[in-house]
Amino acid sequence: MRIGVVTFPGSLDDTDAARAVRYAGAEPVPLWHADRDLRGVDAVVLPGGFSYGDYLRCGAIARFSPVMGELVPAARAGLPVLGICNGFQILCEAHLLPGALTRNAGLRFITRDVRLTVENAGTAWTSGYTSGQQLFVPLKSGEGAYAADEATLDELEASGRVVVRYDGAAPNGTARGIAGICDESGNVVGLMPHPEHAIDALTGPSPDGLGFFTSVVATFAGALR
Amino acid sequence: MSGKDTIEVAADTPELAQPFAELGLTPDEYEKIRQILGRRPTAAELALYSVMWSEHCSYKSSKVHLRSLAPNEQQSGALLAGIGANAGVVDIGQGYAVTFKIESHNHPSFVEPHQGAATGVGGIVRDILAMGARPVAVMDALRFGPADAHDTARVLPGVVSGISFYGNCLGLPNIGGELAFDSCYAGNPLVNALCVGVMRHTDLKSAVATGAGNKVVLFGSRTGPDGVGGASVLASATFGADAGKAAKRPSVQVGDPFMEKLLVECCLELYAAGLIEGIQDLGAAGIACATTELSAGGDGGMRVSLDDIPLRDPTLSPAEILMSESQERMMAVVAPANVPAFLEVCAKWDVEATVIGEVTGDGTLTMTWRGGTVVHIPPRTAADGPVYQRPMARPAGLDALRAAGPDGLERPKDGPALREVLLALLGSPDLADKSWVTAQYDHYVRGNTVLAMPEDGGLLRVDEQTQLGIALATDGNGRYCRLDPYLGTQLALSEAYRNVAMTGAVPMAVTNCLNFGSPEDPEVMWQFAESVRGLADGCAILGIPVTGGNVSLYNQTGTTAIHPTPVIGVLGVHQDVRHRLTAVFPAEEAQVVLLGTTGEDFGGSAWADVLHAHLGGHPPTPDLATEQRLATLVAEAAGSGVLTSAHDLSEGGLAIALAESCLRGGRGCRITLPGDPFTDLFSESAARALVSVRPGREEEFAALCATHAIPATVLGTTGGSALEVTGQFQVPLDELTRIWKGALPALFG
Repeated sequence: MRIGVVTFPGSLDDTDAARAVRYAGAEPVPLWHADRDLRGVDAVVLPGGFSYGDYLRCGAIARFSPVMGELVPAARAGLPVLGICNGFQILCEAHLLPGALTRNAGLRFITRDVRLTVENAGTAWTSGYTSGQQLFVPLKSGEGAYAADEATLDELEASGRVVVRYDGAAPNGTARGIAGICDESGNVVGLMPHPEHAIDALTGPSPDGLGFFTSVVATFAGALR
Repeated sequence: MSGKDTIEVAADTPELAQPFAELGLTPDEYEKIRQILGRRPTAAELALYSVMWSEHCSYKSSKVHLRSLAPNEQQSGALLAGIGANAGVVDIGQGYAVTFKIESHNHPSFVEPHQGAATGVGGIVRDILAMGARPVAVMDALRFGPADAHDTARVLPGVVSGISFYGNCLGLPNIGGELAFDSCYAGNPLVNALCVGVMRHTDLKSAVATGAGNKVVLFGSRTGPDGVGGASVLASATFGADAGKAAKRPSVQVGDPFMEKLLVECCLELYAAGLIEGIQDLGAAGIACATTELSAGGDGGMRVSLDDIPLRDPTLSPAEILMSESQERMMAVVAPANVPAFLEVCAKWDVEATVIGEVTGDGTLTMTWRGGTVVHIPPRTAADGPVYQRPMARPAGLDALRAAGPDGLERPKDGPALREVLLALLGSPDLADKSWVTAQYDHYVRGNTVLAMPEDGGLLRVDEQTQLGIALATDGNGRYCRLDPYLGTQLALSEAYRNVAMTGAVPMAVTNCLNFGSPEDPEVMWQFAESVRGLADGCAILGIPVTGGNVSLYNQTGTTAIHPTPVIGVLGVHQDVRHRLTAVFPAEEAQVVLLGTTGEDFGGSAWADVLHAHLGGHPPTPDLATEQRLATLVAEAAGSGVLTSAHDLSEGGLAIALAESCLRGGRGCRITLPGDPFTDLFSESAARALVSVRPGREEEFAALCATHAIPATVLGTTGGSALEVTGQFQVPLDELTRIWKGALPALFG
């Protein structure tokens, strides 16, 4: 399986996302923001960072980049896409996911290892987990509080589109403890915490995050059969 | 007086009064410039010399002392580039080279904490980048006035947010550093930023302009009026009593980490494509420094057209263009045939790049502006600068200070009183949990961070296949150095060395940031000379080289200098990062062992400071030979897996080390003290560590300690939910946690 990792100017966790893809047994394929080309990949990761310096709003400029011109229709057609942190922000700005990410309560950047609960183990990126499974992964963001109107939040809850939720009090004031959500089909997932930083106990707080990447590999293998 | 002050105009108007004093030059220095040029300098030349000859750029007061830091043959074995380069470079094996350096941004961070600290990070990262390396991590050593002082509430959050903003957006993990408070820093905080980079041996770059006809390219941000005179007037002078209100306060630079990230990736791609002959970062003294140092380091000269420099403000004069400290700029020397490819790479990264001149063979640095020649100098005369042998005097009050030792201070008499001291220390700002600060830094990015704060040293994986890694720590103790700058500096070296060793790494090289008061004060110069002498002697004993460093003088408020505060950084090599050790007590019941010898060392201690606001007597005596054996012992023990944790003993002594090891893992311990409980718990004798031994391997470890002649005292075992000292006291971990974690949030929100 070939999984694209997009590098925007200011992307920072692209090498980490590529490493996680490799650990999961897939081939990472670098994708460049200025190319209107997905290079035939089977899934895409939008990594963390500060694309375009977070000018205007996080993800607001990246959303208009040439590569997104290809990615948005492909995602709507079923291509699995995972947006991590800044990638989640870009997915919201691109309207592949509803809502927006806003400044943390307390207005400070927060790096913390957080406990998450998998609420939806049916998406392309979480099928390897079980519903209710606990994960221990890093959170590191300044604008990580998910926000949407009440109707949207109700709809997300009702349709099972809250993918991961913070255990206990969320550190950043996010709505209803939401850490990550998916689109209606479950192939597009965005989350603020960083599963690519939790792929082994040497460099992360746990290996719990690797499941996002092995899930999509398994989903792809299943689809081929 | 800017306009068209060409060299011809200068020659014709020798008597024209020039503002050399306002630019920070002395009458003697101004006269020397006139002698060198055989005429008065133009306004642009005066600006160039003023910044190049500033204390900050020329090291004119410190140079005579720093010569003693040059490594001897035995120390320089692994050195690929040393003092004088942008940063020293060390061979760590397997074809990898590491470059690291620490630099101050003290004065800008006081004037404008957020931007001052942010651009401090940016500046040191470009130094590392200019060596040809990929920057891979940063650290920050911070010192502020009293934690509860009104101004600290302005400066500290601003500094931390600046480091967080710049470092996080740049994508460099922040893996450690220091945070300390003392009233001596109230009007002059210390913000020292360290960066480390990794490259292959063959990637090493140098800051030279060679090959007549090669092009000089300026790339990165545009040049604006920010930071004009930062090096000469801001960094090389003392804040007055009414700091912040001085009429000629120059502007602090403003940082754009996004541009720096592009610049990093752009440079690395240029290096990989072999498109660069020489490279220099633009930091203090901006274009003046880059052009001067590149041409002085080369074999010919350089001609630059100031008209071609992209400006943010078209009204800038030549002098301002030269002195501007606009951030995120680099200067490269490029073969003419490579220029199109060079510009193409820059365009890919949206980095503006402009050919502004070329290398010549005439031995001069010449700059033209609007049809006239405004600079025409021999570049070495600006690059080398004056050298001063400043007068030195042993501080008048030093003997009295040393005589007033801590012996008379009231000591805790029983278990409950010892317990109170432990809690007072643990909740003091210097020793409390630093998460309020470090949680604002990303230590995960790039995915190679194996250890970060609050561990003793930061540890990075360099090679995913071989598991080769590097460890880093910085340390400094102004109180010890105030009592004895020679020993205090060796203690800082010892502690950084020990901190690196605690991860299981082998210490290899040293960098330093020497923060002192005004060099025009003979007592400060004496402190400085003693400190450098201590560092040189210490490194010679340890057999590791000083690879470079930075000197920051004029750190004082009015006539009151800060404590002499050399911050020492040590780099170590870890052969297999999977065998790293942490300070965390293990889950299983393990033997707790104290390594080293405990004496009566309370001069300059945390106990004397926190409990009695006392500073006097003598600092602990460093024991570098024992440090060396201790480091070897821990590296061997880490490699063989005989230890489950290792933690260095420093401020607050054994008591604080025990508490930290318990708190980090949420597991207690039960220990019995061998001697006088107060001394055992709170003395700060050097060359000691607290370890826990893997169950079943106690005898093996005891034998290892004997082999390395390190005294080992079994204190007890890990386990339970309290820190229990037999016959004295016990504290539940919940209570320890509340006090340790609560201190900084209570102060800063």
